[in-house]
Amino acid sequence: MDFLIFKAPMLMVQASLDGILLGILFALIAYGMALQWGVMNIINIAQGDLVILGGYIAYTIYLWGIHPAWGVIISPIIMFFVGWGLYKLVINKVVDRDLFISILATFGIAIVFQQLMNFIFGADVVVAQSEYGTTMLFDNSVTLPNSKIFSAFISVLYAVALVIYMKKSRLGRAIRATAQNARAAKILGVDTEKVYAATFGINAALCGIAGALISITLTLHPYVGLPYTVRSFMIVIVAGLGNLPAVAVSGMGLGLFEEFADYILGTEFRIGAVFLLLVLILVYRRFKLSKKREYLK
Amino acid sequence: MNKIAKLFVTFFSAITLALVSFSSSFAKVEGEYIVLGSAISLTGKYSSNGVHTQNGYNMAVDRINKMGGVEVQGKKYKFEIIYYDDESNPKRAAQLAERLIKQDGVHYMLGPYSSGLTKAIAPVTEKYKIPMVEANGASRSLFTKGYKYLFAVLSPANQYLEVAIDLAVEKNGGKGVKIAQAFEQDAFSQDVRLGILDAAKRTGSEIIIDDKLPKELNDMAATLAKVKAVKPDVLVVSGHTKGALTAIRQISEMKVDVPMLAMTHCDAAKLSKQHGKKSEYALCASQWHKNLSYKDKFFGSGKKYAKDFQKEFGYDPPYQSAESSAALLVFKDAFERANSFDRDAVRDALVDTEMQTFYGNIKFGPGGQNVAKPMILFQVRCKGDDCENRVVAPTKWASDKFYHPIPKWSERS
Repeated sequence: MDFLIFKAPMLMVQASLDGILLGILFALIAYGMALQWGVMNIINIAQGDLVILGGYIAYTIYLWGIHPAWGVIISPIIMFFVGWGLYKLVINKVVDRDLFISILATFGIAIVFQQLMNFIFGADVVVAQSEYGTTMLFDNSVTLPNSKIFSAFISVLYAVALVIYMKKSRLGRAIRATAQNARAAKILGVDTEKVYAATFGINAALCGIAGALISITLTLHPYVGLPYTVRSFMIVIVAGLGNLPAVAVSGMGLGLFEEFADYILGTEFRIGAVFLLLVLILVYRRFKLSKKREYLK
Repeated sequence: MNKIAKLFVTFFSAITLALVSFSSSFAKVEGEYIVLGSAISLTGKYSSNGVHTQNGYNMAVDRINKMGGVEVQGKKYKFEIIYYDDESNPKRAAQLAERLIKQDGVHYMLGPYSSGLTKAIAPVTEKYKIPMVEANGASRSLFTKGYKYLFAVLSPANQYLEVAIDLAVEKNGGKGVKIAQAFEQDAFSQDVRLGILDAAKRTGSEIIIDDKLPKELNDMAATLAKVKAVKPDVLVVSGHTKGALTAIRQISEMKVDVPMLAMTHCDAAKLSKQHGKKSEYALCASQWHKNLSYKDKFFGSGKKYAKDFQKEFGYDPPYQSAESSAALLVFKDAFERANSFDRDAVRDALVDTEMQTFYGNIKFGPGGQNVAKPMILFQVRCKGDDCENRVVAPTKWASDKFYHPIPKWSERS
C-alpha cells in the first residue's frame, strides 16, 4: 500500500500536478511575506489571517450573488487599504525595533483579526462555489479541478505583474532602494514612511488575492490562518529573502515534496516531513555558513 | 507604610470573606431555584455549536419552569443556569468549572460543547463529586476512565458510522466489503475510526486505505487519488465540518466514484446548503432527527420541538440543541426520583435513569454513556437544486430507501 504510487504511474502525474498547483498558490503568499520581510525586516505572523480575511471578502461577494472569481480583483483592492491602515496604526511603531517586538505585535494583530472574523462571519467553515468543473487527462485517470488551475494561473499572473511593477515603476524602485539601504534612500529623498506603508499594503493585497483563490479551492474558517503563515514562512526560509524566482521554486518544491511524502510515508507524516526538510535545510545552511567563515579566516 | 499595608490586607481579606460567604449562600438551591452551572463556548472556534448548545439548555429550562418546574419533597423549584464563556479553550473550561463549583457553589453541572472541553472539565467535576449531565462530548475515552459523576445523553463516537459499514455489508449480500477511510487526527474522529475498525473485524471487511489527516490540512487530494486508484466499496471520512466540506468539494472536483460515501458533521457543515447537488447521496451520521417518533410530555415529539425551537430562535434545531435540551429533562427526572438535593442521592438517581425523551431513550451504561439510543444515518437527496437530509437507517425510522450504489459522476447531471 505504501508504494502504491510506484505501481500506478498516473498517480505520480496526479501527485505532481496537485503539488505544483497548490505550491504556486502558497508561493504567492510567501512572496508577499518575503517582500515586507526584506523591506521592513518584519516577520508578519498575521500573514495567514490576512489571507483568510481576503477569502472572506470573496465569500461575501459570493453571498451577494457575484461570482467569487471577481474576488481576485475586489479583495486585493480592499486588502491594500487594510494593510495600509494596519501599517499606520501598528506597524509603523515597531518597524525599526527588534525583530522580536514585530513578531509580538503581528501576533497580537493575528489574534484580533481571528476574533473579529469570528465575530463578523461566524465560526462555521464556509466555501464559495466557482462551478468551474474539472479537466480530465489520460482517460480520466488524472483529474484536475479547474478552480485549482485558475488559481495557479492568477497567482502567476499577479506575481509577474508585480515583478514588472517593481522593476519599472517609481514606487517599485523606491521600495527596492529602501530594502537595500533605508537610510541612504531617505537621504536621497525617498519618503520611506510611505514606502513602508505601500509595501505592507501590497503584501496585504497579495494575501487578499490568495484568500479569494482559497475560498474557491479550499475552505475558510476564522482560525485556519496559522498554517498559511507557517507555510509561507518556510518557503521564504528555504528560498532566502529578496529572491523571487527562488520563492516560486521553493513554493512548488515544497508542494511537490508534501504530496509525495503523503504517498510514500503516509498522510499523517506529510506535514512532519515538510518540517523535517526545513530543519535539514537550516542545518545545511548553517554548515555552509560556518565553512565560509573558516575560509575567510 | 507597614501600617498601611496591614490595613490593606485586613481590608481585602474582609472583602474576600464577604464575597465567599455571599457566593456560598448562592449555592446549589437558592429560594425556589435549583442552580446549575455550565462553561460553554460563546466565543472562539466552537462558538456556533456553543450557542446551539446554550439555546438547547435555555429552551428546556424555560419549558420545564413554565410547566411547573421540579418537585422535590413536595415543593416546586425552578431551574436556573449560570453560564461562563470558556472561549473554546480546554484550560479555561477547567478553570471555569472550578470557579463554578468553588466560588459560585454550584452542585450540579451541565456539559460544555465538544469532546475536548468535556474531557477538560470531567476531572474537575469528578474531584468535587459534582454530577454532570453532558450532551456534547461523544469521545469514547470519556467513558472508559471510570468516571462516576459523568452522564452523557448521546451515543459514543465509536458508534457514529458503524451502522454505515453494516449497511454496506448488507448491500454486498452479507459479504465483507473493502473500506477506504480518512480521519482527522483528533480525539473524536479517531474514536469514530476505532468504531469502523471494530465493525470491519466483525463483518470480515478489509480496510484498504487508512489515512490520518493532519489537523491543519484542508486538502485531501492525495487520499482521494488513492481512492480512485484502488476502488473501495465504501469511503468513510470524518474531520468535523472542515473535513466534510473539503471531502465533498474534492470528491466532486476530482470525480471520484465510490458506491457509498459515509461522513460525520454534514449537519453542522450545512453540507446540502453549501455544496448543493454535489453532496447528494452522501450518508451522514446523526444523533437525532426531528422525524424520529420519540415522545415526551414537555416537548411532545421531535417535530413539535423543531417547530417551537424555530419559533424561539429562528432556525431549525441541529442535533446539538436537541441533545442539550434532553440533558435538562434527565436532571429534572433525577431530582424528582432522588427527592433530595443531596449530590450523591442525585447521582444515584442518575445512574438509574431509564426514560424516553423527544430526543430518544436514555439509559446510562457503566461508563456514563447513553446505551439506549441508536445512531441514525441520513442521506442527502435532491430534487432539482433543493437538497435535504432523509433518514435511511435504522429501518424503524427510515423515511426513505437507502440509495445504493451512488451513480457515477459521468452519469450525474
